[in-house]
Amino acid sequence: MEPVKLVYPVEGGDLIEAGEASSKMKLTLKKLGLPPDVIRRASICMYEGEINMVIHADGGRAEVDVGMEEITIRMIDQGPGIPDVNKAMEEGYSTAGDMARDLGFGAGMGLPNMKRYSDEMEIETAVGSGTTVTIKIKI
Amino acid sequence: MKLSEVQEILRADVLYGADKLDREVMSACGSDFMSDVLAYVKNQALLLTGLVNPQVIRTADMMDMKCIAFVRGKKPDDSVLALAQERDIVVMCTPMRMYDACGKLYIKGLRGEV
Repeated sequence: MEPVKLVYPVEGGDLIEAGEASSKMKLTLKKLGLPPDVIRRASICMYEGEINMVIHADGGRAEVDVGMEEITIRMIDQGPGIPDVNKAMEEGYSTAGDMARDLGFGAGMGLPNMKRYSDEMEIETAVGSGTTVTIKIKI
Repeated sequence: MKLSEVQEILRADVLYGADKLDREVMSACGSDFMSDVLAYVKNQALLLTGLVNPQVIRTADMMDMKCIAFVRGKKPDDSVLALAQERDIVVMCTPMRMYDACGKLYIKGLRGEV
């Protein structure tokens, strides 16, 4: 299989519609014939990342590289950045508002879930200029 | 457990997928926190929730879940049902509360862990 590069814009503002990019990626990964558990892990990671992006950063974009041995997903935003990454990685810690909570998010599980399902995860963030979360999933 | 049995135990109305009740679920989880649902992969699972918004369908879709049962008689709107149809996820609505719905399924053998 040739390496595939996918780019998905993530619209900000509308949390009710969030998740479309992840759904599209999931369909594409299915068409590429990847194993179901790899597709599921990648989809959950990107979905959590997408929700985070809409809640905290007014959207951004997702870049997905599907290689021979791994999938790399980069969630890139120009949001407010994460002041304390260690705190943000704690299960149960959240700064999300009521809107997110009403929809079933904001329980402080987003980043921990991305860590749980990925083989590698890296967060580059700067307060005031944005965050890039990169995760890798082995195929 | 077959979805037809789930429907019977929960005394549920099927809002989408009445022709798909011969499908099997191996496990179930009940939560109104979608990130808690996403935290543990279940095999061919049923989701019980009191939330009725499109993110419930998307969460179930990401997890490859087979069926969603809305508790406390909550009914999703047409756009949510259309999304469930698109993702081929059976949708039911039970008058039972979360605790009772989970308990009744549990004693009939449908567990959280497979």
